[in-house]
Amino acid sequence: MSIPISMTVNGQPVSGSVEPRTLLVEFLREQLHLTGTHVGCDTSQCGACVVIADGVSVKSCTALAVQCDGSQVTTIEGLANGATLHPMQQAFNDHHGLQCGFCTPGMVMSAVDLVTHAPNPTDEDIRKGLDGNLCRCTGYQNIVRAVKAGAEGMRTGMGG
Amino acid sequence: MYAFEYHRPSSLDEAVALLTSEDIKPLAGGQTLIPTLKQRLAMPEALVDLGRIEALKGIRKEGDAIVIGAGTTHAEVAASEVVRGAIPALARLAGLIGDPQVRNRGTIGGSIANADPAADYPAAVVGLGATIHTNTRTIAGDDYFQDLFTTALDENELITAVSFPIPQAAAYEKVANPASGYAVVGVMVAKTAGGVRVGVTGAGPCAFRATAIEDALARSFTPEAAKGVAMPADGMNSDIHASAAYRAALISVLASRAVAACGG
Ligand SMILES: Cc1cc2nc3c(=O)[nH]c(=O)nc-3n(C[C@H](O)[C@H](O)[C@H](O)COP(=O)(O)OP(=O)(O)OC[C@H]3O[C@@H](n4cnc5c(N)ncnc54)[C@H](O)[C@@H]3O)c2cc1C
Ligand code: FES
Ligand code: FES
Repeated sequence: MSIPISMTVNGQPVSGSVEPRTLLVEFLREQLHLTGTHVGCDTSQCGACVVIADGVSVKSCTALAVQCDGSQVTTIEGLANGATLHPMQQAFNDHHGLQCGFCTPGMVMSAVDLVTHAPNPTDEDIRKGLDGNLCRCTGYQNIVRAVKAGAEGMRTGMGG
Repeated sequence: MYAFEYHRPSSLDEAVALLTSEDIKPLAGGQTLIPTLKQRLAMPEALVDLGRIEALKGIRKEGDAIVIGAGTTHAEVAASEVVRGAIPALARLAGLIGDPQVRNRGTIGGSIANADPAADYPAAVVGLGATIHTNTRTIAGDDYFQDLFTTALDENELITAVSFPIPQAAAYEKVANPASGYAVVGVMVAKTAGGVRVGVTGAGPCAFRATAIEDALARSFTPEAAKGVAMPADGMNSDIHASAAYRAALISVLASRAVAACGG
């Protein structure tokens, strides 16, 4: 059984046909070819797959595509404005908030969600806000620095 | 995941009409059910998505109670001014569940229906003396949790809301598993018109009241009184995270911290 669905992804209306068991991340990667959203664990723990759906961050490996029929979804591909990086992306770049980069799309999306709801987070808020994201490379220190700078960039509308 | 069919009713009546066999399951936030399906630990014929049923959503004050719709997310409870004003311990508990993404999708109804022995909400259901509202009846919080992942719900009975009487004071303390956030042990202490209640999660097969600590606190509502009660280790959970004896000891320690947080 295939079900037609449509949603708005990164501002563009999209539609497709999915089996009920198709995950949101599978729809994004395999049908829309938006491969910036990663699958790290596929067990709801690592946060590499985080996207923003209807204004909040979600693990796209733990949502069915059919559940998001009609939703507004933003993925990592939807953040930059042409060649100008989003302030949070710029801050990860400036502050070496990544090494291999596998966790980064999810980290950035969780950080954007965090700052959208708490524009001036403390280090503690940032660490708690990234509870659902694992990084096997950086040791997190530079990620926290990057998110702090990215928050400032988002407040002032400038690159980090 | 095995293949299944999918239904998305827009009313409770439609949902109830679709839930016609034990092979058809409700889907709420999916934060437990989707991982279970991926591991092929369940093979439902069809899922009935409760996510678009407005009647299951929202938080309101009704007399001396806070009523939370089954489809309300953990994040909504944590952020709710109504809950923070009336039962701050409940908002705090919701904010300690898992991580932000789990809280953005997981719901109170899903958590209580699932009855994981280490879930947080069960401590509040038992500790605050909540009432579970379903599509057919109401169930007292004290009678609701029966065993490991076993509740008083009948096959295909739907939780519609949970109402929590507003206590005079309450506090929730937990030792969280550092990886998942689930409670190794969590304790809700509440001072209510009907006496002191102590709800415990994580320690046994399902949430329960620590009556020995309740009795001690009825005599003297102090952290020392709670800490002075030695809980028996018999029947407590034992796993790589903590032994039965350690969990038993944690109950008294966390109850004493909760009493201190209540100003006792
Ligand atoms: C990484 C991770 C960490 C977590 N950490 C914690 C934690 O620290 N503490 C904690 O308490 N929980 C934790 N959880 C579990 C989380 O709280 C889930 O949201 C919750 O257990 C289930 O809620 P749900 O809405 O996602 O339900 P679903 O997964 O959709 O459903 C769960 C079960 O309940 C049934 N169901 C759902 N709604 C109803 C209803 N209204 N009536 C009857 N049956 C219903 C479903 O059929 C299913 O059997 C964690 C989960 C993850 C993935
Ligand atoms: S891939 Fe979704 S949480 Fe790890
Ligand atoms: S940069 Fe490699 S996992 Fe985070």
